[in-house]
Parts: sequence; structure tokens; C-alpha cells
Amino acid sequence: MAADQIVFWVFAPISIGSAIAMLFQRNAIHAALFLIVNFFTLAVFFLVLGAPFLFAVQIIVYAGAIMVLFLFVIMLLGVDRDESLVERLKGQRPTAILLGLGLLAEVVFAVRAGVGFAAKGPANFDTVVNRGGNAQALARVLFRDYFFPFEVTSVLLIVAAIAAMVLAQRRTRARTQAEREAEEAPDGGMTEREREAVP
Amino acid sequence: MNTPIAYFLVVSAALFTIGTVGVLVRKNALVIFMSVELQLNAVNLALVAFSRMHGNLTGQVLAFFSMVVAAAEVVVGLAIIVAIYRRRASANVDDVNLLKW
Repeated sequence: MAADQIVFWVFAPISIGSAIAMLFQRNAIHAALFLIVNFFTLAVFFLVLGAPFLFAVQIIVYAGAIMVLFLFVIMLLGVDRDESLVERLKGQRPTAILLGLGLLAEVVFAVRAGVGFAAKGPANFDTVVNRGGNAQALARVLFRDYFFPFEVTSVLLIVAAIAAMVLAQRRTRARTQAEREAEEAPDGGMTEREREAVP
Repeated sequence: MNTPIAYFLVVSAALFTIGTVGVLVRKNALVIFMSVELQLNAVNLALVAFSRMHGNLTGQVLAFFSMVVAAAEVVVGLAIIVAIYRRRASANVDDVNLLKW
């Protein structure tokens, strides 16, 4: 048994197991921690498949940045209560699981028909395709063939950052002239009626 | 590399299915969002596996772009969840029914 087979059979059950555990976790923080485990196993798969650059990016961006953001929001909102199990739509859960199993069977059948369970990748991937290192080879493809999409993603990130700022800000109304004058008044800005009510 | 590529694709399909069921079954908006992340990652795994199978790095570049889009999507989505939570004091998707007819 070759090394990559051992790695696959060790990490594939961990990957699927942690995903299922995420599904059944009623506490959002525990679900997030299981998702981090799943992201790490995916990073290992990337390494086995000859993508060490994506392995690093997966750990830094997903397991690092994105999941920290998730945990930060969970802590910020204080959503540590267990969620309710009331079904609004009758029979939604069994139907969803049944349809999910149908989808899985369909995709596995498509993989069997389209790729086949015996097809293996070319043995010379690391010497020919990843010539001079995976990051260098990836940069050659990215900056020659996909340079314009790469620039467009930078615009996307700026738009997303601005959108987050606009969405998450607290809306405070600008004070009108009358309100500001009322605050500066010596009696604390009482109206006529309030002043009469004071004994 | 002795592992058939199809094994990775089957793992990817399983993760995608788990993510789909998570979106359909869970009620907490944050957990639904995590399930969407799981789906995106499953597709990334499929892209990298296909890249390996065809001996072509375009699949890895596409997975890289999908990570960037996922990061942008997380930022905006979490901001929306925070905004909804401020208004409704709940992260349950059943409580957000203002547009429901």
C-alpha cells in the first residue's frame, strides 16, 4: 500500500465523520470546531493531490481567517443557546435527508460513468506540471491566462469589505438643528409642556 | 500516486451532500452558513482532483478563485446575519419571515 493510499484511508473517514458531526451538533461553537477539523483534512487531500500551495492557502485562509471570523461572530452574538427542533414544514427533515442520499447516489453514479473507479492521475504530475514548484507553476497559469479575472477578484474583495461596513454599522440619525439647540438649553431641553408639569 | 481519482470525487460528493442536508435541516443561520462553506470546500476538492487527473493546473487556479469568492461571501453574509440579529435578537431563520406571503 503506497503512502498516499494510507493517507487517504486515514483522512477520508475523519473528513466525512467531522462533517456529519458538524451536522448533528446543536451548539454552534462545537459545529464550527468540527468544521475546522474538516478543513484541515481537506488541506491534507490537497497536499496528496499535488497542490501544496492550496494546502497552505486552505489552512491560512479557511481554517485561520474564515473560521476565526465565524467564531468571532458566534461569540459576538452570544448564540450559545441550543437551537429549537420545531419543524415549521412538516416532514422537512426526513425529506431533506432522503433527497440528500438521492443526490449522493446520483453523483457517485455520474463519477462511475464519467471517470471510472480505476482511473489514476498521471505519475509525472510533480515533475512536468508542477515544474519548478507548485507555487511557481500556479503563478505561470494565474498571471498569464487568468490575469484579468485575478484583478476582478480584487475589486470583488473591496466591494465586499465596503458592503460589510455598510451592513454592520449602527444606524444613528444625524441630529437636527432643533434637537441640538434643545440639548444646549440650560433647562436640559424640556418642552413647554414639560416645563409646566414641573411643580 | 496510487489512489484512484474517483475516490476523492466520492469524498467530495459526500461532503457536498452533507452540506446540502445541513442547509435544508438546520435552523441556526450561522450553522446554515457553515454548511454552505462545506459545500464550497467539497467543490474545491473536486476541482483539485480533476486538476490532478488531467495534468492541468487550471483546476487549481479555479479552486483558488473559489476561495477568494468564498471569503468575500463570508464577509457579506456574516454582516447580514449581524444586522438581522440586531433587529430580531435571533439567529433562527424561521424568525426572518418579513417577506413571507
